[in-house]
Amino acid sequence: MTEAYIYDAIRTPRGRGKKDGSLHTVKPLDLVVGLIDEVKARFPNMDTNRIDDLLLGVVTPVGDQGACIAKTAALAAGLPDTVAGYQLNRFCASGLEAVNTGAQKVASGWDDLILAGGVEAMSRIPMGSDGGAWAMDPVTNYKTGFVPQGIGADLIATIEGFSRRDVDEFAAESQARAATAWEKGYFGKSVVPVKDLNGLTVLDRDEHVRAGTTADGLSGLNPSFAMMGEMGGFDAVALQKYHWLEKIDHVHHAGNSSGIVDGASLVVLGNEQVGKDYGMKARGRIVCTAISGADPTIMLTGPGPAAKKALAKAGLKTSDIDLWEINEAFAAVAMRFMKDMDITPDVTNVNGGSIAMGHPLGATGAMILGTALDELERRDKKYALCTLCVGGGMGIATIIERL
Amino acid sequence: MSEQTAIRWEQDADNIVTLILDDPNQSANTMNELYGKSMAATVERLEKEKDNIAGVIITSAKKTFFAGGDLRDLLKAKKEDGQVFLDNVTEIKRQLRVLETLGKPVVAALNGTALGGGLEIALACHHRVAINDKSAQFGLPEVTLGLLPGGGGVTRVIRMLGIQDGLMKVLMQGQRMKADKAQKTGLIDELAADRDEMLAKAREWIKANPKAQQPWDQKGYKIPGGDPKNPKFAMNLPAFPANLKKQIKGANYPAPLAIMSAAVEGAQVDFDNASTIEGRYFVSLVTSQVAKNMITAFFFNLQAINAGASRPKDVPKFRAEKVGILGAGMMGAGIAYVTARSGAQVVLKDISQENAEKGKDYSRKLLDKDISRGKMTEEKKEQILSLIHATADAKDLDGVDFVIEAVFESTELKHKVFQEIEDVVKPDAVLGSNTSSLPITGLAKGVKKQDNFIGIHFFSPVDKMPLVEIISGKDTSPEALAKTYDYCQQIKKTPIVVNDARGFFTTRVIGTFANEGIAMLGEGINAQSIEQAAMQAGYPVGTLNLIDEINMETALKIGKAARDDAKREGLELPPEHPSEAVMKKMVEELDRPGKAQGKGFYEYPENGKKHLWPGLQEAFGGDKEIPFEDIKERMMFVEAIEAVKCFDEGVMESVADANIGSIFGIGFPAWTGGVIQYINQYEGGLRGFVARAQELAKSYGDRFNPPASLVAKAEKDEIYK
Repeated sequence: MTEAYIYDAIRTPRGRGKKDGSLHTVKPLDLVVGLIDEVKARFPNMDTNRIDDLLLGVVTPVGDQGACIAKTAALAAGLPDTVAGYQLNRFCASGLEAVNTGAQKVASGWDDLILAGGVEAMSRIPMGSDGGAWAMDPVTNYKTGFVPQGIGADLIATIEGFSRRDVDEFAAESQARAATAWEKGYFGKSVVPVKDLNGLTVLDRDEHVRAGTTADGLSGLNPSFAMMGEMGGFDAVALQKYHWLEKIDHVHHAGNSSGIVDGASLVVLGNEQVGKDYGMKARGRIVCTAISGADPTIMLTGPGPAAKKALAKAGLKTSDIDLWEINEAFAAVAMRFMKDMDITPDVTNVNGGSIAMGHPLGATGAMILGTALDELERRDKKYALCTLCVGGGMGIATIIERL
Repeated sequence: MSEQTAIRWEQDADNIVTLILDDPNQSANTMNELYGKSMAATVERLEKEKDNIAGVIITSAKKTFFAGGDLRDLLKAKKEDGQVFLDNVTEIKRQLRVLETLGKPVVAALNGTALGGGLEIALACHHRVAINDKSAQFGLPEVTLGLLPGGGGVTRVIRMLGIQDGLMKVLMQGQRMKADKAQKTGLIDELAADRDEMLAKAREWIKANPKAQQPWDQKGYKIPGGDPKNPKFAMNLPAFPANLKKQIKGANYPAPLAIMSAAVEGAQVDFDNASTIEGRYFVSLVTSQVAKNMITAFFFNLQAINAGASRPKDVPKFRAEKVGILGAGMMGAGIAYVTARSGAQVVLKDISQENAEKGKDYSRKLLDKDISRGKMTEEKKEQILSLIHATADAKDLDGVDFVIEAVFESTELKHKVFQEIEDVVKPDAVLGSNTSSLPITGLAKGVKKQDNFIGIHFFSPVDKMPLVEIISGKDTSPEALAKTYDYCQQIKKTPIVVNDARGFFTTRVIGTFANEGIAMLGEGINAQSIEQAAMQAGYPVGTLNLIDEINMETALKIGKAARDDAKREGLELPPEHPSEAVMKKMVEELDRPGKAQGKGFYEYPENGKKHLWPGLQEAFGGDKEIPFEDIKERMMFVEAIEAVKCFDEGVMESVADANIGSIFGIGFPAWTGGVIQYINQYEGGLRGFVARAQELAKSYGDRFNPPASLVAKAEKDEIYK
């Protein structure tokens, strides 16, 4: 099998996903084009004719993000006509799925050079605005026991006995870690400032981070999903399935759930030959990828099974992994994952996560892969495992090795 | 035309055609074969002659407008009949579609009740005028029989009212409305005082609207409130199925989901395609077992009961004019209320005037509530209250022709209160005892005229619960039985008739349900899982919740009394049920007898929702896992098997009474069609039921062993009829 190498992994900073967010004025397309320009700048000798495909994860592929934004971005970035584009959607795993699929294309030997990542301008295209049968078709919704993700997250906390204090403390720690990482410049290698058409900087830092957040400070926030659980009937749906529980503790709120943000990410993947041909040094390699699933109602427990599957395929043990990145969709998701894998916070999300920096749905997967690679290099370590919980109960995992 | 028709054609000088629905073979119009043929011929003629027609009025020659589908046909539908039923319903839809796209105004003149198929005909008209007659009902109650309105009802209602209002106000609960309510809801356009005014208004409308067209056939039409492509509507849509699941507690009711699906899916396509989708969901329900169960119970069984199948035939019809009620506690007060509302005089007696007045106050409270809801007037309330005479004096029962005793469950006390009044009331007065478990024959020994004595078991709360269980004692006369039956109908209750034995039918059967839940707790099964299983099986309340209401002290006393009686009569003692150990522990060790004491299986915080007592885990475990389906089926099977034993022992003689009694009285899941229909409909028939019962017996105890009579019936491939 051909090795799939990671030549680079970059991302935009994440802008608040609201009208007052700095990236709200920027088209999602331009977020991607800016990263493609950066790739061209970082590898001036790379022949762009050699790029086989541009893979982009987008979770809400309508409007500005619709109609195969990947090919549109390739055209807008002035890549040769032969460079194809492929937009894919595996909900929150889309960005990492793009990387995995790209790696598989390279590993198969059928493609040589791939750009893979994702984009989501959540300030422009609201989450869920693409409809879909899972939530909107009554029969499907009813039979699968659909509930919004926040209910699933609260269900995890209820089952695991994570108290409001526990999840708030986790969130405060995520903020502290992200703030420290920014302060010390740990993201310097991978964050590419977003510029406007005049070349002026629009945003060069993650906008969602709130340094100084404390668990006490978070304790005053109202739970986000209690009303929806009661009025929308979703608590009843979850409790009918998890019949041994009498009620759901609604512990999640805006401060201990992932932030709604705008952003994009891109990973350069290729075989050994392209590195040689264009003088590019591989930073890492994709060791193994896995996709799995769990019950769709609790929905967010997929990372455990996916990570175990990836480890088994790679022939690695939990203890072989030096760093873990679990997307902080909700505090309870990351806490549950650590429990499932029997791992500790000191090797998990060491530079914070989506609670602090935000979760631009389609882009996040490739972002955390870059974060993990940067940190492996900084710490001089070998293996990292990146994973995300995914809508519909899915889980995804990717193991990388730093070279 | 020599051929028979269910639709007469009359054309007047203004060229207005009046179609008169008038089935020559039945007292009411239904969607039977003759209707289909007649309507086909009628719409063909309308098409052919439309140039000479100014408009069409559809009305009926019967007391009602049109009664709906022919349920006898629907009951026979098997899975493999899908195509036939689809073809039939498609033809009905086609005819109505011709009517509404005729290009001429079509008005429904609703002279009386139009439910189900009847209202669907009216909805295919451009305008609806109804006589504002209090007895007429309008609505699409198909869902209550496990069906959906497949004659265009779903498709048209959501296009008239919008998806949300259509589902909530008409389709998902099948509300039956009076004419004014139906007008407010938007199903009827105009009301008329009488037939002449109705027809005049219909004519007027035709003249004013010579080119009528349905809104959905007009250009630019949009469903009111938006369809799923509209973000505002779409935002709330995911909660529709979730709220349905919450409302039906996850139990087996496919009809409301099918209705919701036909509505939402249909809203995304044009009218004709929506109608096709509706037809598919209709067929899925018609061929389903649940619809057959519900039609069996709520139409055929109920009809048999209401027609007097269990009432002695030769006794003349009776009306209670003056009813004496002994004991003004919660039951007595409730019985006084429903009796006074039937127009009869009530003498409500208790040991003190104060107690009796308190009982009368209960009626005042209920009537005031009705007034606050706009369902009652001050004047009518005073008139009803004036019928109730509260007293402590036995002499006031002079002239009473029907007695209902509702005092504490003690044989001695009951004997005493009857002896006080038996010489005061009319000599042929019925002497009824509202006991839930004491054998009637034993109670009858306390009075002189034992043939007048009967059991009349009400359920609590009396004003809400639709059932009365009549218990015929050994010496009860056919006259007393017939009169009691008539009294039940007078107060608008559904009576079932059983023979005398401890616990009769309902108390005995529900007891097995309660005991099973408690036994499972004792086995270490999670308490909340037991409660959820009861709900998802289709019971209105969880087992542990129920026994908290009944109270465990009371339950233990009843159990002990039954054993004492058996001992006295030299009968074999029933083995101690595993639930007893649990209840003893709850009462004696843990001091948690039930809700009355504020502590039972549940905690009852003063300012909060009740919740399971956290100590249950320490007391009984809660980690034992058995299949969730087993928890559900243990409850239903144990009740069904007890019901069969009631037949074996001659306590119960009627399948209809058993089905309806179990649903209306003791909350047996309605989707099953009742406790005996549950056996009939079980997958694999009676054989399937027997096999599953034996499996449950092996895992959970001998009480699940199917009685010999049931096994014999299964082997003959019979069902209960």
